[in-house]
Amino acid sequence: MSEKRRELKLTSRLESVEQAAAEAERFAESNDFGEDVKSAVDMAVREAVANAVKHGNKLDETKRVEITFENRGEAFEITVRDFGAGFAVEEVPDPTNPENLLKASGRGILFMRSFMDEVEWSNHAEGGMIVKMLKKRESNLDF
Amino acid sequence: MAELNISERQAGDITILDMDGKVTIGEGSVALRTTIRRLLGEGKKKILLNLGRVGYVDSSGIGELVSSFTAVNKEDGSLKLLNLTQKIQDLLAITKLLTVFDVYENEGEALSSFK
Repeated sequence: MSEKRRELKLTSRLESVEQAAAEAERFAESNDFGEDVKSAVDMAVREAVANAVKHGNKLDETKRVEITFENRGEAFEITVRDFGAGFAVEEVPDPTNPENLLKASGRGILFMRSFMDEVEWSNHAEGGMIVKMLKKRESNLDF
Repeated sequence: MAELNISERQAGDITILDMDGKVTIGEGSVALRTTIRRLLGEGKKKILLNLGRVGYVDSSGIGELVSSFTAVNKEDGSLKLLNLTQKIQDLLAITKLLTVFDVYENEGEALSSFK
């Protein structure tokens, strides 16, 4: 029987992005999620872990990134937690505004929201930020 | 194997970069940045990025494409994109960058557009 929940604790370095994506793919395959879910989850996991490593934990290798993958039956649920100072997601500039189009960064949140069905940020009770994302097996989104 | 391999060709004063691999946070993005800086240092300011064999780009890679575009523009040069995969086209549409980049499906047409 396939495992329904997987937890990872990774070091705050860029290599962890690839590691998390590979683990997500294995989890999706063992839980029979389709290509559309795998592709969306791959992109969202990479963006969320990159954000946690770079912006949350600021590449401090003493801080970890905690990740969970869960098969919720009709959806793949992901949480990614960092141990940084946190941020207000509504204050992140919209990268599609004309004045931000030529900025080199700031598109990760847009990608996560575009590929996943639900994305929600919150402050963890014991510090750091946690992002929870859901991708349904049957989705009307194109990605 | 490197995340991103970049081969260079010259068509007159236009430099074509055939990119193969991933443009993602870390190695892939750095490889593109280093190549663009070197070309600008050599005075090569007409650059065509062939993305036909780029299977994966993340937000960091899209950011690197934008940085390359602005760096080349700052030197009064021109950077254009060739052979976008469907996935990259989708990412450029989401980010509204299809309105920023000059995009071509045919190399001949892309090269003519620099003149």
